[in-house]
Amino acid sequence: MTQDLSVYLVFIAYAVGMLMTFGTVLTWVERKQAAVMSDRIGANRAYVRIPFTQVKLVWWGLFHGLADGLKMLVKEDFKPRSYDWYAYAVAPWVVFTPVLLVFGVVPFGGMLDPGRLFPALADWFGGRTYPMQIARLDAGLLMVFAFSGLTIIGTMLAGWASANKFSLLGGLRAGSQMISYELVMGLTVLGLILIFGTVDLDSMVRQQSGVVLGAVPAWGVVYQPFAAVLFMTAAIAENKRIPFDLPEAESELIAGYYTEYSAMKMGLFMFAEFIEIAIIGALFTTLFLGGYNLPYMNDAGFALPGGYTIAMSHGAVVVTQLVTFLVKVLVVCSFQILVRWSLPRFRYDQVLRFAWKFMLPLALVNLAVTAVLVWSHQGAPQ
Amino acid sequence: MKTPYKRKQYWNAPTLSVWERAYLPEILRGLGITGGVFLRNMKRWITGRKGALTTYYPEETRFDYAPGNRGKHVLTQRPDGRPQCVACNMCATVCPAKVIEIEAGFDPTDAAHPKYPVRFEIDYSRCIFCGLCVEACPEDAIRMAKETPGLPAEDRHQMWLTMDEMLTWQPQRDVAKPYPAAGADPVAGPHAVAGPRPAAGGAARTGAPR
Repeated sequence: MTQDLSVYLVFIAYAVGMLMTFGTVLTWVERKQAAVMSDRIGANRAYVRIPFTQVKLVWWGLFHGLADGLKMLVKEDFKPRSYDWYAYAVAPWVVFTPVLLVFGVVPFGGMLDPGRLFPALADWFGGRTYPMQIARLDAGLLMVFAFSGLTIIGTMLAGWASANKFSLLGGLRAGSQMISYELVMGLTVLGLILIFGTVDLDSMVRQQSGVVLGAVPAWGVVYQPFAAVLFMTAAIAENKRIPFDLPEAESELIAGYYTEYSAMKMGLFMFAEFIEIAIIGALFTTLFLGGYNLPYMNDAGFALPGGYTIAMSHGAVVVTQLVTFLVKVLVVCSFQILVRWSLPRFRYDQVLRFAWKFMLPLALVNLAVTAVLVWSHQGAPQ
Repeated sequence: MKTPYKRKQYWNAPTLSVWERAYLPEILRGLGITGGVFLRNMKRWITGRKGALTTYYPEETRFDYAPGNRGKHVLTQRPDGRPQCVACNMCATVCPAKVIEIEAGFDPTDAAHPKYPVRFEIDYSRCIFCGLCVEACPEDAIRMAKETPGLPAEDRHQMWLTMDEMLTWQPQRDVAKPYPAAGADPVAGPHAVAGPRPAAGGAARTGAPR
């Protein structure tokens, strides 16, 4: 019992620390990547001076994230005169918290055997193993959709409680857009559920560890390439980023549903957006890129196609899986930033038409084709 | 019969091909372009070259300022190194931003130029680089070099340029006005200065170090 508690506390600390780090570092990655993409240098002036010396650490502008956080914390927290004060104060948290909770069911590593990792504690753990995941729920994917659907409430609450026309318009746009794309996102994932026969994310990742057709890793993107594209698009739209950032279109709506927010309340919205980039990366990695799996790798080491095996210690395997997951997430995040700095914004009617007249039929077609193929391979369900 | 009025069409007929309207291929092409630029620049950064067009301004200045660029002020000098300025305050008077401060001194030993600047300072936090001081100067004593001044500073009080910093330039080479010959004593008196000045003397000294 105490063993479980301590292990899961470590998992939770790791997950929260990872998400917060991603949220902070992604602001820097976004600035730098955008700068490099457009022949610029990017933010590089903030520095930390080591006390009592003249040594200034610049580190390619990595400290601009710290400077931003400090600025948001010490800024005046302006509140509009007429607002529903409770809803106004609670809205950023309604946006921020579910984003963090989604990560609870995402597996970020394989099986952990603490007794083998720390031989001194082997007796205490008594051979227990833990999948590296905070909550091992059978309904994992359902929980993802349940919580990511909650953020809609937060954005609409923010738009409504600000008592501002622009905020209200932004909130309306956010609501309709997120509900539309939530639907598309759910439908694209249904194909994967048909193939893997489960909604448990850990079991899905486990089934992606093998190899199909001899050499291709059995990742979800191989089974469902079409769904991967649709899922990515819908996820970016769900996160309200360019080219789908209509709810906060600054040229039309100032800042959309968070026009009236300032200081750290506004910072929470921004932070939630950046963490959601990481969450989307984690989900996409889990569903379509094989999660923490490397090709030809299992819990004992590598098994290369020629019959070669490379044995690895348990600690090395765990670290490799954690790092693999992080690298995959970072690559997907970087792709989202690439999209954000390449594509122009849609018009509002185009966004909704794109969801209902283009992506929804495609997702349905994808689902139908998948269903027929799965049925022809596995036979009708009993 | 009068032809009916035909409304002008102000919009363009859609000219996108089917391939372009399929959207995804063109999106991928666009992502390929931006991603290619990203990879190209990252390769340059990693191999130690500069992958950006930006100039790190205070540390790095552009080399291609135009010859006529109105940048840092310089005070031209007499052959003996003293400023050519006679502290007449015409530049300070004409300056629209009121940034020039001159304190005049009296030098009884120099009969030709008894009035000289003790202090000549320019506040670069307010200078608008209009060049009117150069136009107003009767002695050709102030000019603007094409280089920029070292402007960035922690606070505005550090943005004053003193006379010493403006006297770093050696102007004898291209001052149009001929100087007295090297042997002539600049403090000899009005007769020595008012005498015939050898026009070739200035040219002969051009290459010589001061």
